[in-house]
Amino acid sequence: MSAPSLAQACAALLRRDLTLAWRRRGDIAMPVLYALIVTTLFPFALGPESALLQRIASGVVLVTVLLAMLLALDALFRSDIEDGSLEQLVLAPQPLALMLAMKILAHWLATALPLIVVAPLLAGMLHLPAAVMPVLLYSLLLATPLLSLLGAVLVALTAGTRRSGMLLALMLLPLCVPVVIFAAGAVAAAQQGLPWLAPIAWLAAALVLLLVLAPLACAAALRIALDA
Amino acid sequence: MNVAASAMRLLEARHLSFARQDESVFGPLDFTLHTGEIALVEGDNGSGKTTLLRMLAGLLHVEHGELHWRGQPLQRDACIGERVLLGHQLGLKADLSARENLQAAQGLHGSRAGISIEAALDEVGLTGYEDEPVRRLSAGQKKRAALARLLLVPAALWLLDEPYANLDRAGIALVNRLLEGHAQRGGAALVTSHGAVSFHGGEPMRIRMHA
Repeated sequence: MSAPSLAQACAALLRRDLTLAWRRRGDIAMPVLYALIVTTLFPFALGPESALLQRIASGVVLVTVLLAMLLALDALFRSDIEDGSLEQLVLAPQPLALMLAMKILAHWLATALPLIVVAPLLAGMLHLPAAVMPVLLYSLLLATPLLSLLGAVLVALTAGTRRSGMLLALMLLPLCVPVVIFAAGAVAAAQQGLPWLAPIAWLAAALVLLLVLAPLACAAALRIALDA
Repeated sequence: MNVAASAMRLLEARHLSFARQDESVFGPLDFTLHTGEIALVEGDNGSGKTTLLRMLAGLLHVEHGELHWRGQPLQRDACIGERVLLGHQLGLKADLSARENLQAAQGLHGSRAGISIEAALDEVGLTGYEDEPVRRLSAGQKKRAALARLLLVPAALWLLDEPYANLDRAGIALVNRLLEGHAQRGGAALVTSHGAVSFHGGEPMRIRMHA
């Protein structure tokens, strides 16, 4: 009998989830296309004035990325619950919270990372100055994992319910308010030439907190969902 | 199965019962499962067979009655990884091949000494289908892929919910062969089934559920 080490188990789960994501590449492209289309709508609705678009660019990109992530979030644990993989994961001799953290990481890599990659393009379409672009990327790199972790807790909590998609959006969006405020605040400060490190530091602090707490909450919520 | 003299008590249930919203689902049940023993859980539809297995697997918490594992009151950490459940949902990823599914299971659960993924797939008769995505396999072949996972992971207690469903005659013989091999290695199993089950080693213990 050879019990696998923690690193082996993490690697196996990460490899499985990333292979699954790669097998369904079309699903990865979906949120990216959605973000692209939504961003394109703004100049049409508000008019193509460069000054106006510049002012709203960071906010639009942030909110669009958030909504695009929300589209994909629903599927985080759904297939695992439907095909019984989650039960196998719970019964595996591994800490469930850590395994779920790996699942959230794989999900972030498959959904948020492509969005971050196209974010400069989205921001460029709205005339965001190139000098501010790194700040936008920093704030996205911190805000998107925050959303993934917050979302994962809510997905786990609504796992037992039918049509959880709308409920998830209604629960997650209010929780996103501080994330949006700090992320957009950092970019706005950079645009005005003010110091922007403080809001970024707040985002990083929140991320560290959630990195520890969210997987534990997910594990507890999913155990309850299975125990019904 | 005849219980050998050296058999140890693996799992003991005392007055185990389950109620959903004050409505009794099953129990109270009393049984003892020794190592090397196979028990058949019998009962009509809705008599709580699946619920019992999920409870024994640790997915449902025990509200009424007691469970003992190797003589000690059962705690989640005490027997972690020693129980494996094969339920109606097989726990296979449809987009992955049988081999990839087993690789993930091996990474999470580890594997028994002396068995490889290839050998397990060969044993359940999936030679030639190792790299086919599970979604393209027939229902019986999916079941066989899930049975290969049982062979691979080092669990002492197998909890099999309707393992004979979807299987052809050779598949039913395969399940019986796997169960006998598991019992000979000192493992134990609880099996729910509607059909007739026969073992070479004699009559299995029977647990009657009352609907």
